[in-house]
Amino acid sequence: MATILIVDDTASMRQMIGFTLNDASYEVTEAADGNEALEAARKSKFDAVITDINMPNMDGISLVRELRSLADYKFTPILMLTTESQDSKRKECKEAGATGWIVKPFNPEQLLNVIKNVLN
Amino acid sequence: MTIDLTQFHQTFFEESLEALSDMEAELLRIDGHMSGRRVSDEFKADNESLNIIFRAVHSIKGGSSTFGFEIVANFSHVLENLLDDIREHRCKTTRNLISTLLHSCDCLRTLVQNSQNGINTLPADIDKFQVNLENLQETGCEVTPDRRRKTRGIDKNNIGNWDILFTPNKNMLSTGNDPVRIIRALKNLGNIKSQLDINSLPSWNKINPEYIYLSWNIDLLGPVEKSLIENVFSWVADDCVLDIKRNNSVHNPSASRPEHAIDSGTGTNAPAPGVSGNGLEVQSIRVSTPKVDALVDLVGELVITQTMLSQFSEEITSESIEKLQLGLGLLERNTRELQESVMRIRMLPVGFALNKLPRIVRDVSTKLGKKVKLDISGEGTELDKSVIESIGDALMHIVRNSVDHGLESPAERINAGKPETGAIHVQASQKGGSVVITIEDDGNGLNRNLILNKAIEKGLVRDDADLTDEQIDNLIFIPGFSTASQVTGVSGRGVGMDVVRTRISELGGHVEVTNNPGSGTKLTLRLPLTLAIMDGLCVKVGSQVYIIPLLSVIESLSVPEHEISRPAGGSELVPFHSEYLPFLKLYKLFNLSSAIKTTTDGIIIIVESENKKIGLLVDEIVGQQQVVVKSLETHYKRVEGVATATILGDGEVALILDISTLTNLVSHKHYQDHMLKAAS
Repeated sequence: MATILIVDDTASMRQMIGFTLNDASYEVTEAADGNEALEAARKSKFDAVITDINMPNMDGISLVRELRSLADYKFTPILMLTTESQDSKRKECKEAGATGWIVKPFNPEQLLNVIKNVLN
Repeated sequence: MTIDLTQFHQTFFEESLEALSDMEAELLRIDGHMSGRRVSDEFKADNESLNIIFRAVHSIKGGSSTFGFEIVANFSHVLENLLDDIREHRCKTTRNLISTLLHSCDCLRTLVQNSQNGINTLPADIDKFQVNLENLQETGCEVTPDRRRKTRGIDKNNIGNWDILFTPNKNMLSTGNDPVRIIRALKNLGNIKSQLDINSLPSWNKINPEYIYLSWNIDLLGPVEKSLIENVFSWVADDCVLDIKRNNSVHNPSASRPEHAIDSGTGTNAPAPGVSGNGLEVQSIRVSTPKVDALVDLVGELVITQTMLSQFSEEITSESIEKLQLGLGLLERNTRELQESVMRIRMLPVGFALNKLPRIVRDVSTKLGKKVKLDISGEGTELDKSVIESIGDALMHIVRNSVDHGLESPAERINAGKPETGAIHVQASQKGGSVVITIEDDGNGLNRNLILNKAIEKGLVRDDADLTDEQIDNLIFIPGFSTASQVTGVSGRGVGMDVVRTRISELGGHVEVTNNPGSGTKLTLRLPLTLAIMDGLCVKVGSQVYIIPLLSVIESLSVPEHEISRPAGGSELVPFHSEYLPFLKLYKLFNLSSAIKTTTDGIIIIVESENKKIGLLVDEIVGQQQVVVKSLETHYKRVEGVATATILGDGEVALILDISTLTNLVSHKHYQDHMLKAAS
């Protein structure tokens, strides 16, 4: 089954996304910030990454840059969790190499649709 | 598939309240850097602080909108916009603004707590404040035009069949996007007929396998809404040339946009890693309190079993049981270790109770125009969760008092030859089985004349009373006493130090005041580490065993009956050092017939609570031991003088005495008589 890395500094979001994806039989790993995520990504290869933007220690945009510099993550779908008020951020994300975004608030069904689409 | 989102609510509430505490701490830190400036002076706050504040609100906004707490989401949205302007330096950071943000923090906390309690209405004052915030963001800050939110209209008439020309930029794959996926998504909208254009394909030796050289001409037969097609391409809008036309219009394949270069030089810097703030960050797991309580109960039982076994083993003296005793020794050690580690689960750094103080100091000192530096140390000292939760208000009250009554105005301080800025030092440390918290200020100390006059005026002390300095200082703890010469909005609202003392003694601790007139006041709080297990003195009265909390025991003495003083009309007094103390005969209080009735044959235990000492007449002292506190409340009605109960090693139930109530049983009037007598 596909493996997905979830990166968010708020536990409730991580739990919600993790639970939803687990429920749809994806294999989920959680990380609380960019540093943790990068460490996890170096240890094993994930099929997709979902990350928040605003996080302590290493933010989502820096994480995308770091991941894209790794051979294993050159073409991996990386989705950013954004809110509507972050139009300018989206451009920044794309420039850093993000695949796309999931706009908060979203419900579990929307999340699964997006994931299904990027995972072929 | 439906997923029940309510299971994540508790986590959301907890982390939101935590984030708000972080936000408050950062705001106070910024405010601290600004002290001494005028309220409208601009200040450049450091980016990491602003980021922490922004993140707090941003996370709450994301969570609340996801979990359906609209009121919280709306408020945090408005606040986030303002914070974004501040973070991007479109808005001047002033002390006024920090005050507004602190208030926003309070409002948001209220809203989160309301949601937690199932209240789904927006309080009127917060509604009003939210409108103010919106106005502030739109008028008070210089908002650049491109920040105005764009409204995207839905094109309802734009439905039909479409001809799509899609030319990805060469490096589209490097963002993890794939034209195949996009075309597949289009297929979900309607029937498609796709034509591949390979004209841009270079010769084989020039091909970079990571680039895309193809373009597609796709006929989409709907009818399909145009915005849905745009949605499919929304992630790659900047990474391709896209032409969506109605039906069979001719397309022009020559148009090509410049390639999109990835500029790694711009973009936000990752915030510097490091431990922020108060150094209280602990690796923690969330454990619900009922679970921990169950565990604590279980360990309590284990302790009882162990005690029972070791008593049993003492009765059999055959050598064959030496091994059993060895095993019991081990059991005892293991039990104690298990008990200690389980108790540690409930222990939290006392910083959780202290972190509200900077805000209080800031608010009160600003209101009174005083300059105050608050210094907190030892915040890592651990205390039981329930103790921490119970002392928060008491600490706030004491610190508020220090700023309000203790510290002088800047002018007065300069006149007295002191630095203009007053200092309050709060220190926590562990001393043996208890935690000591001191709150010390370098203000004017307690004014003894004022206190004595006030007490006499209020009828709390007789006007001919001759009290020692220490006794006068302790008058501040008497109910109904308020030192404020005029009731201020800050403190002096009738509830005073007496409430602090009551609260602390309820916890089995006590509070002392040390007064240095002219140079400051120091309050010392002594608290038990935990409420679930305590050291007790076992005493026997008749056939019953009672437990006296060891913290309140001062001394035990044997007094011949003829040394007991019996003043006319008063109750019996026992001589204790240079004082005479009233004493209670426990057999009388608890109606026990077969007990020892004279002090000659019995023993008097001197106990102290709330700075009042009394004696307790008991038959004999059985011993000292750790007792597991069991609650009585759910099964029995409250009995005056009895706090809770415990189970002894032999399985008998022993009542734990409530020393605070017992000392209060000996009336206040009586206590005064005694003080007068002692003084004369």
